[in-house]
Amino acid sequence: MIDISGLTKHFGGTPVLDGIDLQIADGERVVVIGPSGTGKSTLLRCLNFLDVPQAGQITIGDVTVDAAKARKSDILALRRRTAMVFQNYALFANKTAKQNIMEALVTVHKRPVEEAEKRAMAVLAETGLADKGDSFPSALSGGQQQRVGIGRAMALEAELMLFDEPTSALDPEWVGEVLDLMRAVAERKQTMLIVTHEMQFAREIADRVIFMDGGKIVESGSPSEIFGAPKDARLQKFLKRVGE
Amino acid sequence: MRALDLDYMLGLVPVILGYVPLTLLMAAAGMVCALILASLLAVERVAKVPVLDWFVVLFISFFRGTPLLVQLFLFYYGLPQALSFLTKIDGVTATIMGLTLHFAAYMAESIRAAIAGVDRSQWEAAQSIGMTQGQMMLRIILPQAARIAAPTLVNYFIDMVKGTSLAFTLGVTEMMGAAQKEAAGSFLYFEAYLVVAMVYWVIVEALSQGQKRLETYLNKAFVR
Repeated sequence: MIDISGLTKHFGGTPVLDGIDLQIADGERVVVIGPSGTGKSTLLRCLNFLDVPQAGQITIGDVTVDAAKARKSDILALRRRTAMVFQNYALFANKTAKQNIMEALVTVHKRPVEEAEKRAMAVLAETGLADKGDSFPSALSGGQQQRVGIGRAMALEAELMLFDEPTSALDPEWVGEVLDLMRAVAERKQTMLIVTHEMQFAREIADRVIFMDGGKIVESGSPSEIFGAPKDARLQKFLKRVGE
Repeated sequence: MRALDLDYMLGLVPVILGYVPLTLLMAAAGMVCALILASLLAVERVAKVPVLDWFVVLFISFFRGTPLLVQLFLFYYGLPQALSFLTKIDGVTATIMGLTLHFAAYMAESIRAAIAGVDRSQWEAAQSIGMTQGQMMLRIILPQAARIAAPTLVNYFIDMVKGTSLAFTLGVTEMMGAAQKEAAGSFLYFEAYLVVAMVYWVIVEALSQGQKRLETYLNKAFVR
């Protein structure tokens, strides 16, 4: 169970998140859509404190953190219950694909190396990269790198997986394989919070779609409600602009 | 004008070579200590710990701002007068200490710049999986910074090898000191110093070859 209430973030004087309230059930797949610069990515990045929110409360599983007085240990606890997939992949450049997947298991979660290696090989097989375990990121295509990025997050079996525009930096030819892998992850009832511009994908995969604008959640509902019968004028305008 | 006494030079070579291990020992010990100290200083410069940062800036400023020879004299001849417990320090130890402090100040700035050169996304990915600051620095950031800093650091190491010749001024018989003693007996100063120069040159050339291999090794994750 994920419970976010009153999450607030401003850069300088400009509010980016304006009191976000959001509950996500276990296994639920929530897709966040909206115009650029409306706080979608910031929402994700505040949940693991890559951006530091000024106010609000975040509960992920058995950890509850009050943003205003978060300690180092609180932040680490949140980060160890989430796994993030980045827009630019952000694979560890000095580690092979397999080592990228093993790193958090061994260093952070103190699993035995043999177990982590087994897990990494299994994850690589699921991502279709069983033969790329010893390749460094620089030797992989964008699509392959992002699949490793997703594999790195999958291996953690985190309570919440965060996807920050995972296909936005990819050449069009690689988008399909990454979305296919995300579908496979979704099928396992993994709790997912996804920021994406892939509307067709959102429609197909989401249990719930959230439309954000101006740092607020403007409208929220099932894909058929959001795409089929949008109520708010800003959502209608946004959908028209992206061709939905 | 007189001809070079080649026989004398050839005879001197094995004598000087006998002191190469001492030179390499001082340089290697100085390099290891300087690398550790410089990494700590650099990480502090990036983290900017209040108060401590002020001391680190002062340290770097002093050891970059004064000559190595002056620092060696200050530690070896000067400090024992001020602090009596330092009297037992020998010339070799004093040289290693001096090289460490002097070169750590230079290397700290190179490593700091290299850390700043590691892509922001690497920090965020390390944080996102719940690594502590120490784990992130040791496992992700410093290994990548090492690749960026390697060419500069090897240059400092080469400087350090040559810098060990200053141990001679602290009464240590190393390559330079041995040549000096030999020349004082034979009066063939030019020959003796030429042999020392050649031996240093060969050592540095060998290190330059090692530098190429090191860079290839550090780059292995980054070639397509």
